[in-house]
Amino acid sequence: MADVMALKPGVGGQAAPNYLTASRGLKSWLFTLDHKRIGVMYLASVLAAFLIGGVFAMLIRMELLTPGPTLMSAEAYNKAFTLHGVVMIFLFIIPSIPAALGNFALPLMLGAKDVAFPRLNLASYWLYLAGALMGVVAMVSGGIDTGWTFYTPYSSSTGGAVSLMTLAAFVLGFSSIFTGINFIATIHKLRAPGMTWFRMPLFAWSMYATAIIQILATPVIGITLLLLVMERVFNVGIFDPKLGGDPVLFQHFFWFYSHPAVYIMILPGMAVISEVIPCFSKKPIFGYKAVAYSSVAIALVSFLVWGHHMYVSGQTPVASAIFSFLTFLVAIPSAVKVFNWLATMYRGSISFQAPMLYAIAFLLLFAIGGLTGIVLGTLSVDVHLHDTYFVVAHFHYVMMGGTVIAFLAGLHYWWPKMFGRMYSEKWARISAALVFVGFNLTFFAQFLVGSRGMPRRYYNYLEEFQPLHIVSTVGSWVLAAGFFLMAGYLYASLRKPIDAPANPWGATGLEWQTSSPPSVHNFDHVPVVTTEAYAYATETEETTVGAR
Amino acid sequence: MSETPVVIEQHGHAPFLQHHFHTAEQQADASKIGMWLFLVTEVLLFGGLFVGFAVMQSMHPEAFFAAHHHLDRTLGLINTLVLLVSSYTMVMAVDSARRGKQRALMIYLLLTLMFAAVFLGIKYIEYSHKFHEGLLPGKYYSHAGDTVPGQFMFFSFYFMMTGLHGIHIVLGMAAITWLCFRARRGDFSPAYYTPVDMVGLYWHLVDIIWIYLFPLLYLIQ
Repeated sequence: MADVMALKPGVGGQAAPNYLTASRGLKSWLFTLDHKRIGVMYLASVLAAFLIGGVFAMLIRMELLTPGPTLMSAEAYNKAFTLHGVVMIFLFIIPSIPAALGNFALPLMLGAKDVAFPRLNLASYWLYLAGALMGVVAMVSGGIDTGWTFYTPYSSSTGGAVSLMTLAAFVLGFSSIFTGINFIATIHKLRAPGMTWFRMPLFAWSMYATAIIQILATPVIGITLLLLVMERVFNVGIFDPKLGGDPVLFQHFFWFYSHPAVYIMILPGMAVISEVIPCFSKKPIFGYKAVAYSSVAIALVSFLVWGHHMYVSGQTPVASAIFSFLTFLVAIPSAVKVFNWLATMYRGSISFQAPMLYAIAFLLLFAIGGLTGIVLGTLSVDVHLHDTYFVVAHFHYVMMGGTVIAFLAGLHYWWPKMFGRMYSEKWARISAALVFVGFNLTFFAQFLVGSRGMPRRYYNYLEEFQPLHIVSTVGSWVLAAGFFLMAGYLYASLRKPIDAPANPWGATGLEWQTSSPPSVHNFDHVPVVTTEAYAYATETEETTVGAR
Repeated sequence: MSETPVVIEQHGHAPFLQHHFHTAEQQADASKIGMWLFLVTEVLLFGGLFVGFAVMQSMHPEAFFAAHHHLDRTLGLINTLVLLVSSYTMVMAVDSARRGKQRALMIYLLLTLMFAAVFLGIKYIEYSHKFHEGLLPGKYYSHAGDTVPGQFMFFSFYFMMTGLHGIHIVLGMAAITWLCFRARRGDFSPAYYTPVDMVGLYWHLVDIIWIYLFPLLYLIQ
């Protein structure tokens, strides 16, 4: 990819080389300290991980087309859904928006030359590569069949490459922590002159909230996974009931990280949406401070809800009731965001370009995903729905309908800035439609089949569930078609000469004030900020209101 | 930083100032934020072990109480004092760097390194004693003559906690050695001693963790 772009420096851009053309060769990429190049390397890597995770997803759906064996053995199926989960969560979603898009965009949006610790940033990428490599070795040397949650005592006694895979997740955790440390220090110390906290783009607020969770939660999963490895190697006894340990303690440890990790995944999605909606509605964001504080509120509440994964794991009813109540609290800041985005769109001049199509898809899908989360957080209902496809559908509406759709919104939004090329808007819209339809076919059917009692992670099922499984599997094909189309037009755009203007969307952020693609040092002069974020044509709006 | 836009165009002469920072103060502040956040992650990493220890101790109080008698309190106390003194020498190293006293800086760094080595030496004596008696973690526990069952779990935690702490000591020694080389090269001055400051913070954290580990493991009541 790099070489294709390096060969074509662009029509008018001969004079000043951009960050893609400034130096050449693999080494200039692997040892770069430039946040933009690290962002692009992360982007290529997470897209590769998305492909691998997606292939596992297609295999799972294919297997479930008919009851009984369709394509693979039950053991292979267990490995397929485990690897789908592990790859998608640790290698794709968690780094997708912060490490790929955020690394590229955040310093530009703050008017900085780089992140605070460029070497730590590169170390983060290398750790990601190392973790990914360990994961791949674990996949081919036996695989794992525990599910991505690694629950004990099964995970401490089953065969396969569980230890290697958990160590991979441990290493990937450090990669995530390094990104978080970097972003907090960058936001604190590297804002452009005049950019106060409340003039920052909301993207930065959400990234800050994400980083808080990355820093506070990730070390706990790190030590938990180490303890699991110790349990497997030395039988230390902590999680093994035969030795006097407590397997539920593992679940507490695991969800103490992994529930906040859900917000490590969704907050960056919200970050992107807060950029895209004002831009394509040509209006300032409605309720800036409410949106900003709601990110922080989500981050804080996220640490207090882990028990809602354990209603049927034998925790006390009092604890369950408290966790249920706290879970409902998360809905408040989430809804604050959604209503503010809708209010931003209200009476705006909305243009339906690809990033905005994805943002609107996000609003619809995240609303469904969020509201079904309330359903699952309700104690009595959860006992019925626990470990059914209803749960699978719920978290795919949040993780894929929310985060992945927002990632696609951001990818289409910043693509011209990253590579200096405009993709085909027509094909982008068709692809967005395919993804939206395919996604809903795949996962809405799973809400229905789950509410009728289809358990998750099962290889076989009753014949009456088959029609809905067929809908879901066909939906996955539509979804895949949408993604392959996207890969096609994005790749095609890279083969064109540079044609993107500095600010193709008429956006207000600082990243749009520099050239596309930016120069190595981002800005020719340090930008000075004198206005609020999202200063989209407020006067005209006031005049229209006043005229009425 | 917003009040001093003039400084912005002057970057590039101080060798330690990285290109993306405008002032040395901004760079030092960023490093401090980064280091403190890293220390937070360290606390949470050990926090998981502390919580696990607390839960297992509450489930098996007799076993933990019986097992802790196998530890040598005197050696534990000596090691606590050794680490406390090493924290003092580290503080003095940072202070010497801040005042530009190159010779004192080097001496204090070497003293810290020496105390760290003493700590590890005593730890080695303790470990080999445990190994000899079969006081080992998990399935390797083979101590003869136990009256209370389940003591292996205490030693699982003893080795995991002191082992992880020991790894941190070794990493700290590597960092201090790196500081020694940089100090000999004359990298540090009153205008720039951030690395000494940061390694100092890390060293104090390693010290504090031991201060919690010592009563937790050696002084169970």
